[in-house]
Amino acid sequence: MRILVVEDDKDVAGFVVKGLRESGHVVEHADNGRDGLFLAASEPFDAIILDRMLPGGIDGLRILETLRSQRNTVPVLFLSALGQVDDRVLGLKAGGDDYLTKPFAFAELLARVEALTRRGKGEGPATKLTVGDLEMDLLSRGVRRAGQKIDLQPREFLLLEYLMRHAGQVVTRTMLLEGVWDYHFDPQTNVIDVHVSRLRQKVDKPFPTPLIHTVRNAGYMLRSDAP
Amino acid sequence: MGGRAAELDPAGPLPLAHVSPPPARGPAHPRFLHSAALRFAAIYALLFGISALALAFFLWWETAGVLDRETDQTITADVQSLIERWNQGGVPALILTIDNRLAENVDDNAIYLLVDPALERIAGNLAAWPASVPLDRTWSELPIERAGIRSLARVRRYTFPDGLHLLVGRDVEVRAELRDLLTGALLWALLVVVILGLAGAIIVRGLFRRALANVSTTAAAISAGDLSQRVRITGRGDEFDRLSETINEMLERISRLMDGVRQVSNAIAHDLRTPITRARARLEDAALHAKSEADLQAAIERAIADLDGIVAVFQALLRIAEIEAGARRSAFAPFDAVPLLADLVDLYSAVAEEKGISLLLESPDQLPFFGDRELIQQAIANLLDNALKFSPPGGMVRLSAENAGRMIVISVADRGPGIPADDRGRAMERFYRGEAARNTPGAGLGLALVQAIAQLHAGSLSLTDNMPGLKAMLRLPVTVEAVHRPPAAAADA
Repeated sequence: MRILVVEDDKDVAGFVVKGLRESGHVVEHADNGRDGLFLAASEPFDAIILDRMLPGGIDGLRILETLRSQRNTVPVLFLSALGQVDDRVLGLKAGGDDYLTKPFAFAELLARVEALTRRGKGEGPATKLTVGDLEMDLLSRGVRRAGQKIDLQPREFLLLEYLMRHAGQVVTRTMLLEGVWDYHFDPQTNVIDVHVSRLRQKVDKPFPTPLIHTVRNAGYMLRSDAP
Repeated sequence: MGGRAAELDPAGPLPLAHVSPPPARGPAHPRFLHSAALRFAAIYALLFGISALALAFFLWWETAGVLDRETDQTITADVQSLIERWNQGGVPALILTIDNRLAENVDDNAIYLLVDPALERIAGNLAAWPASVPLDRTWSELPIERAGIRSLARVRRYTFPDGLHLLVGRDVEVRAELRDLLTGALLWALLVVVILGLAGAIIVRGLFRRALANVSTTAAAISAGDLSQRVRITGRGDEFDRLSETINEMLERISRLMDGVRQVSNAIAHDLRTPITRARARLEDAALHAKSEADLQAAIERAIADLDGIVAVFQALLRIAEIEAGARRSAFAPFDAVPLLADLVDLYSAVAEEKGISLLLESPDQLPFFGDRELIQQAIANLLDNALKFSPPGGMVRLSAENAGRMIVISVADRGPGIPADDRGRAMERFYRGEAARNTPGAGLGLALVQAIAQLHAGSLSLTDNMPGLKAMLRLPVTVEAVHRPPAAAADA
């Protein structure tokens, strides 16, 4: 995937660019708002990682507003030291697709960017999700694995749906908290881990191969090892 | 925050902001013209002068003016009736009437004179036609001499078709004297008005300055650094007292915020130094003594975890400060608290179940509330977090909500070790860690955050003994908005 990183801090930018390249992405980097806007407007990207505060008179918000006014719908993730709730709301209102506050873990950034690019492709209103031998019918709200019916609580269904929609991608705990429960704060205890482990009991335990994998220092990933 | 306005402004100039010269100031007025006190004094003097002039004019109109108009009316009526007499009975009847009128005139102020076309006297009490009466004007005021006494008269002339001239009038000498007297008195009064106006203006200026001095000395003391100063309240309950009260409330709020900032910076100095020191020591130790790459890797990972912990504390502190500053009140909206509680129980029941704790929810069908949904969520989540953290296996945590009059009371009760009565007050301070919390993760900011959220909603957080365990109670007043604005409206907002 082609990803544009607009970030003025050399160390942070270098770290992000290196990490994204190692994950197999093609990365362009701009260290000021002017170049960032020029690149974003003139070349196609699958996602843009945008710092809020940039030198050169054009900040991240202005870049995004300019892009959106030109009907450019490229997914944008804000990366900002402005972490107050109002700043977040402002960034999302301006047309941002996600907002990550500095400091951040690279795994979190990577997971969110990959989730964004998936969202950007727009698969249309699917009525059925399939990962390996796991099937989910979104209309009848039924889940089957290897033909066997699995009974899920409503919240477990939502959790599994989120994981299946992001199959093959790392999904962090905060992404689950935001995406499944719509909570934007950080609970002290490991609530998400407990919910995932309960889901595993139903989805993985009765079957020979696990689908829900733990990714160390990052989160979870739903994937079938079968080709 | 300073850059925010610029960020928000899409119409702003794209290139770097040019440094503009300071705006030229207008021609300088003399300094005293800028004094509000002087302006008020001048306005007072002007208003006083205008009202005094109006009063003088009214007095004149109602005294001298009335007399003038009455005299004119009497003379006109006299002339009319004499003309009628002439119409009915000719010159003899006219002469008779004039003589009768003169005889009946008790006040001896009536003046009548009838002359033939050659201006020879026919009847009346004047010796001769006054030379100063012009033939072409009907009204005039002239000096006369009657029975040897000089006097002033107001007269009206009428010429009959057969050439006779009639002069009817009234002696107005007395009235003229009165008018002169009045004019003099009013002129003197005008002088008094000017003096009183000036004196009043000076007094007004003094009062104005004194009323302001109270506020301005306090403000000066505060800008000099003494934040404990307050504006003196006179106790009269007037507008100045209300202004002083408002200013004092503002000062209270400022000093509370300043205290908050001081507390936070103290907390940062003391409580963040420890984990930072630890992370630093680990890294340095690894740099100096690591024997293998694996050692180094482990040390780095531990240091990252330490830093993440520090960031979490930072974010919690900033969030508390943000909430205490009242900045989040803009996100207030009406919502029903019951689904919110049910969702939280849904989130935490898995954790409770894993620890063998039963988590119970008791709530009515509906709890309309007006506030910040996300913050209320976070407050209750923090209380549930605490309760589950300190509950022994097999214990019970009860989340209950009820509508108590104009309050919503949400309580979280556990059967854990609780907090000793002496420590309960301090438990809501930043960085407090109870004895029982020694070996649990956390920074001691959870309850401080809950309290800040309660206070943002004009409510309170209290901790009581659940015998055994702790009962945390959130009391949140239900404002009018929760009742009058249906929760459906919130979805659109």
